[in-house]
Amino acid sequence: MGLMNNHGVLERHSLLLTVGILVVVSIGGIIQMAPLMYMDNTIEKVDGMRPYTPLELLGRDIYVREGCYVCHSQMVRPLRDEVERYGHYSLAAESMYDHPFQWGSKRTGPDLARVGGKYSVTWQVDHLKDPRALVPESVMPPYAFLAEKPLRTKDISARLRTERLVGVPYTDGMIENAEAHLLAQADPEGRGFEFVDDLVSAYAEAAGREGSFELRDFDGDPERVTEMDALVAYLQMTGTLVDFSTYEADDLENRR
Amino acid sequence: MVQTHAYNYRDNTSLYLVSGALVFFLSLALLIARYAADQAMEVQSWTFIGLAMAFLLGTIFWASNNADRNPFDEAEYEDTIVKWGVIASVFWGLAGLLVGLIIALQLTFPNIFYFPELGWTNFGRLRPLHTSAVIFAFGGNVLIATSFYVVQRTCRTRLAGGMWPWFVFWGYQIFIVLAATGYLVGVTQSKEYAEPEWYVDWWLTLVWVGYLLVFLGTLWKRKEPHIYVANWFYLSFIVTIAMLHIVNNLSVPVSLTGSKSVQVFAGVQDAMTQWWYGHNAVGFFLTTGFLAIMYYFIPKRVNRPVYSYRLSIVHFWSLIFIYIWAGPHHLHYTALPQWAQTLGMAFSIMLWMPSWGGMINGVMTLSGAWDKLRTDPVVRMMVVSLAFYGMATFEGPLMSVRAVNALSHYTEWGIGHVHSGALGWVGYISFGALYCLAPWLWKRKDLYSNNLVEWHFWISTVGILFYMISMWFAGITEGLMWRAYNEFGFLEYSFVETVEAKHISYMIRALGGGLYFIGAVIMAYNLCRTALGHGEARDEVSATPQNDIHSTLQPAE
Amino acid sequence: MTDDNKPVDEHSGLQTTGHSWDGISELNNPLPRWWLYTWYITIGIAVIYMILMPAIPALPGLGTNTPGLRNHSDRDNVSLAISEMQQKRQSDATALLDASLRDIETDRDLQQFALAMGESLFGDNCATCHGAGGRGAKGYPVLADDIWLWDGTLEGIETTLRHGIRHEEDEDTRFSAMPRFGQDGFLTAAQISDLTEYVLHLSDRSDDPEAVERASGNWVAQCSSCHGDQGKGDRTQGAPDLTDADWLFGDSKRDIFDTIYHARNSHMPAWEGRLDDASIKALAVYVHSLGGGE
Ligand code: HEC
Ligand code: HEC
Ligand code: HEC
Ligand code: HEM
Ligand code: HEM
Ligand SMILES: [Ca+2]
Ligand SMILES: [Ca+2]
Ligand SMILES: [Cu+2]
Repeated sequence: MGLMNNHGVLERHSLLLTVGILVVVSIGGIIQMAPLMYMDNTIEKVDGMRPYTPLELLGRDIYVREGCYVCHSQMVRPLRDEVERYGHYSLAAESMYDHPFQWGSKRTGPDLARVGGKYSVTWQVDHLKDPRALVPESVMPPYAFLAEKPLRTKDISARLRTERLVGVPYTDGMIENAEAHLLAQADPEGRGFEFVDDLVSAYAEAAGREGSFELRDFDGDPERVTEMDALVAYLQMTGTLVDFSTYEADDLENRR
Repeated sequence: MVQTHAYNYRDNTSLYLVSGALVFFLSLALLIARYAADQAMEVQSWTFIGLAMAFLLGTIFWASNNADRNPFDEAEYEDTIVKWGVIASVFWGLAGLLVGLIIALQLTFPNIFYFPELGWTNFGRLRPLHTSAVIFAFGGNVLIATSFYVVQRTCRTRLAGGMWPWFVFWGYQIFIVLAATGYLVGVTQSKEYAEPEWYVDWWLTLVWVGYLLVFLGTLWKRKEPHIYVANWFYLSFIVTIAMLHIVNNLSVPVSLTGSKSVQVFAGVQDAMTQWWYGHNAVGFFLTTGFLAIMYYFIPKRVNRPVYSYRLSIVHFWSLIFIYIWAGPHHLHYTALPQWAQTLGMAFSIMLWMPSWGGMINGVMTLSGAWDKLRTDPVVRMMVVSLAFYGMATFEGPLMSVRAVNALSHYTEWGIGHVHSGALGWVGYISFGALYCLAPWLWKRKDLYSNNLVEWHFWISTVGILFYMISMWFAGITEGLMWRAYNEFGFLEYSFVETVEAKHISYMIRALGGGLYFIGAVIMAYNLCRTALGHGEARDEVSATPQNDIHSTLQPAE
Repeated sequence: MTDDNKPVDEHSGLQTTGHSWDGISELNNPLPRWWLYTWYITIGIAVIYMILMPAIPALPGLGTNTPGLRNHSDRDNVSLAISEMQQKRQSDATALLDASLRDIETDRDLQQFALAMGESLFGDNCATCHGAGGRGAKGYPVLADDIWLWDGTLEGIETTLRHGIRHEEDEDTRFSAMPRFGQDGFLTAAQISDLTEYVLHLSDRSDDPEAVERASGNWVAQCSSCHGDQGKGDRTQGAPDLTDADWLFGDSKRDIFDTIYHARNSHMPAWEGRLDDASIKALAVYVHSLGGGE
């Protein structure tokens, strides 16, 4: 009867009940979330991760906007068949600049964590425009309209600055020249020509190596920078940043 | 009994405060619309302005029409708002189910149901629309409406806060419309079940705090010495959702006049936060909240005492304590450190019995009234909903076992699990409550037609079975195909072959969804005619005991 | 422990807890035994599991989580599983690597192994472009026929796979570039329109002999160096045969006009690096077997 008599106190005092509930539901979350912020073995030590270029970042925004994540995961699990099908299992480090993360929870389409560079740019564009023209069994929606919509680049510097605010190491130069960098990547022979060197050196420094992104027109129309340009630039980057040749799987901090 | 003074000062304040708040937010929205950094924000601002304006004008009109009587009369229950809640629930329920049906058809017949020129109708945008519409618009309205009804009855007092409950109700509808139109124009954070962007999140926070205060205020002035168990559940649902919502939506807007924001957490930390939220959206929105409904409507409808007070206490506290820990079962085998996955699995297993506690308490409440299962289709619906609840909460811990999850994760199995909980449990307990509420609120002796309830029940049940069986089949097939190796030790199937293999299952699922939708349409029709007083609902009951605060005003002791 | 103030429920004969809310009262039945014991069992299982597996995180500054008695690691396990699998395939794979492509085709066991491996790899890597079974798609050649752009021999196919086509990051990639005749202003739209007729005439589909006549000069000057005088193509440059009525980029006038105006110069990725040697060899054997291998 003790339990029930004591419980009567909570039943008679609504504020006590509220506080009791709050305490009880806080515990689990704190114990699970806080350690991820301070424990060393949360994010692996890797080479090659760099902030996304402005074009990739806006492409990622399109990916989010169109809800690609509802069908595509970006998280290869350490299971034999997945590693065989998609490549090396995903590391936490690979999404360390993803605000928010894009791991997904449903695979109506294949995993996209390592699709970067797997297909040609033209294929990506063709496929996005009309998936069933290339893969008749596909259930993916058509995205031809992306190639018609000019990419909105207006407040790209503010966008990068906000990313820096939450911890993505964009430098002052990257933020100031964001728009120029974007043009340099999407139209390196035309309007963006003079900024190419600056773009390449800024991001090569961040990544610790060169050639971590493609400089080119992506959507087949060099005259315009469209949402298709950005999305394909993003897709072609996925999974290509971390240098697995220097990754030490046995290191204690990398173990899971 | 009749109070003659027209406007008592305290009640007036709430009216003025709400109107003042609306004017304030309207001006803010006008400013944002004027300086909007992007087109989506402009559209959203004008949507808000339109809705808030309608709310404001409605308030003014209503207040002036009520000039000769106190609209917040403490001697009466606030039931008008519950009526609106019932209407909103039915409306959003139909909308959400219809969108579910559409996306099911898109996956089945992509060539027919995708419109290349209408990018906003693509699966990626409609799917969040579906999930938000059924969970937050339908489920949320059912929860708000029933909680307002139940807390008044079980505290034997009028809803606290004068005009504030109305702010909660209409503010919540504004939240829904902003979220839904936002998805269509491409505003989303991509966080499942938390997709709306920062400004909608802030608005919801405001509304939700209002909800908590109204609910607490009503408990505060209750005329019963003890707080009834349904209210513990409602309270934990409201408090915990507030906590989850705020933490999971921590983000920095790029500009105060733009729709885009950047999440504070990234990668693995964000994933953990998201599924701490996502799992407990299930735990506290779809479970705790609907258990509260169960704890009032089942004993009330069958007119039997709740089975065990002791069980209520034990399963309530263990449920809310353990639920919070189970989030990482959504992240098995991911880059989330293994220790967290272990906790997620262990607590999910321990969660099984606390979950079943609610089912036992509900079903056993029928002892002494088992015949009602046969005679009252509404009771049957609610009891079957408990059976589905039991099934989903058995399947859940099973899927939390890592070895099982390795197969089920990412597949249609998850979708099958979701909908056995969603269609069976959430849907049926809500329909049951709505069938109870309509005659009570509109003071009818009975529903327009109990026969139609039978039809609804059977059509929907067949629909649910089609849905679940096809998705289990598809999920397990797909999971096995992904990991199948041929005799030489190479992957047997390519990915698209697994897509192809699900086609028939998709067809059956769409059929099941269609049946479920038809059932809901039948319910909407039945409820409409009940409210209008047709058929068996013809006889009006002038004052049922539940509707008259005074008939039960005298405390028992 | 009866309390006389509390009402009794008639049906069960039990006392209620004494409270009533809107007519709802409560019984106080004991916790069902099976329920309680099942719960204890699940708690037991959970605790044991937490002892076996990495489970408890550390406070700040106090190191890492408990490793668990089993010292379990998914990542170690998958590495192990993969290396085991590779070991199992090893003998066949080394045989594959050692054998010449011809040998593979003549050794039945080896061939079967290579085909199984090739088919498996083809599904997720190649079929996206070349279609299931190599049936092709617009812009992506059919691999199941005997029409080859570059080379249909085993070695030729292997080279194509290894280095890709117009894959600029690979020095040994197959490369040729049809000029963008219209886009870069070498020819006018009218001239290209005539050339389109000329191309159609090569497979006897033109109904405008005058246009063909007008275009013949340009054909010889601009096109025949790659596609040959007769339009039979040139496989050293990947220039397709235009007489066979088999179209890579579509057979409509519009498609052909666009090809000449913009040039396609399509791209096939190089697979060296992404796939290992045995895989590439197996794929070459598989593609060769699809129907039209030379
Ligand atoms: C309705 C679900 C759905 C949505 C939404 C969707 N996809 Fe897909 N996606 C698929 C399916 C199914 C496949 C596999 C068949 C195919 O290749 O088309 C696929 C394949 C792909 C592939 C090829 C991957 C590979 O390795 O073969 C890419 C790249 C891709 N999608 C990108 C996207 C992007 C980017 C978006 C959003 C703009 C998107 N998808 C939205 C279902 C979807
Ligand atoms: C991104 C799309 C893409 C992918 C993926 C792809 N290919 Fe190709 N492939 C092409 C294109 C385009 C061509 C034609 C290039 C040209 O026009 O010369 C081609 C040409 C070929 C050829 C030469 C055909 C000939 O007639 O000479 C072979 C052989 C081939 N592919 C095999 C493969 C195999 C095997 C794979 C998988 C490992 C593969 N391809 C993956 C796009 C692709
Ligand atoms: C430098 C070599 C070169 C020259 C010169 C050249 N072509 Fe081509 N042509 C190619 C190649 C290589 C391809 C295949 C492109 C590919 O696979 O992406 C091709 C493809 C084509 C096709 C598409 C065939 C199909 O199956 O769809 C047509 C038509 C064509 N050429 C016509 C012409 C005409 C007309 C001219 C002259 C005005 C011309 N080409 C000049 C190399 C050349
Ligand atoms: C004891 C109770 C439960 C447990 C332990 C549980 C466990 C799980 C697990 C393991 C998953 C799969 C995660 C994945 O692999 O992606 C899942 C998904 C889900 N469950 Fe449950 N479940 C329970 C009850 C319920 C109930 C009653 C509902 C009611 C509607 C529900 C709704 C969902 C939803 C919506 C998802 C999908 C989340 C997503 O991926 O978007 N669950 N649950
Ligand atoms: C007419 C009835 C319904 C149909 C046809 C339907 C259909 C669908 C479809 C096709 C999906 C997407 C699955 C996928 O991505 O593969 C989905 C997802 C979902 N639906 Fe429904 N649905 C219906 C009712 C409901 C109800 C009543 C609820 C909740 C109360 C609900 C909650 C969800 C949730 C939470 C998801 C996301 C699951 C996940 O992410 O794992 N649905 N539904
Ligand atoms: Ca472009
Ligand atoms: Ca949000
Ligand atoms: Cu969960």
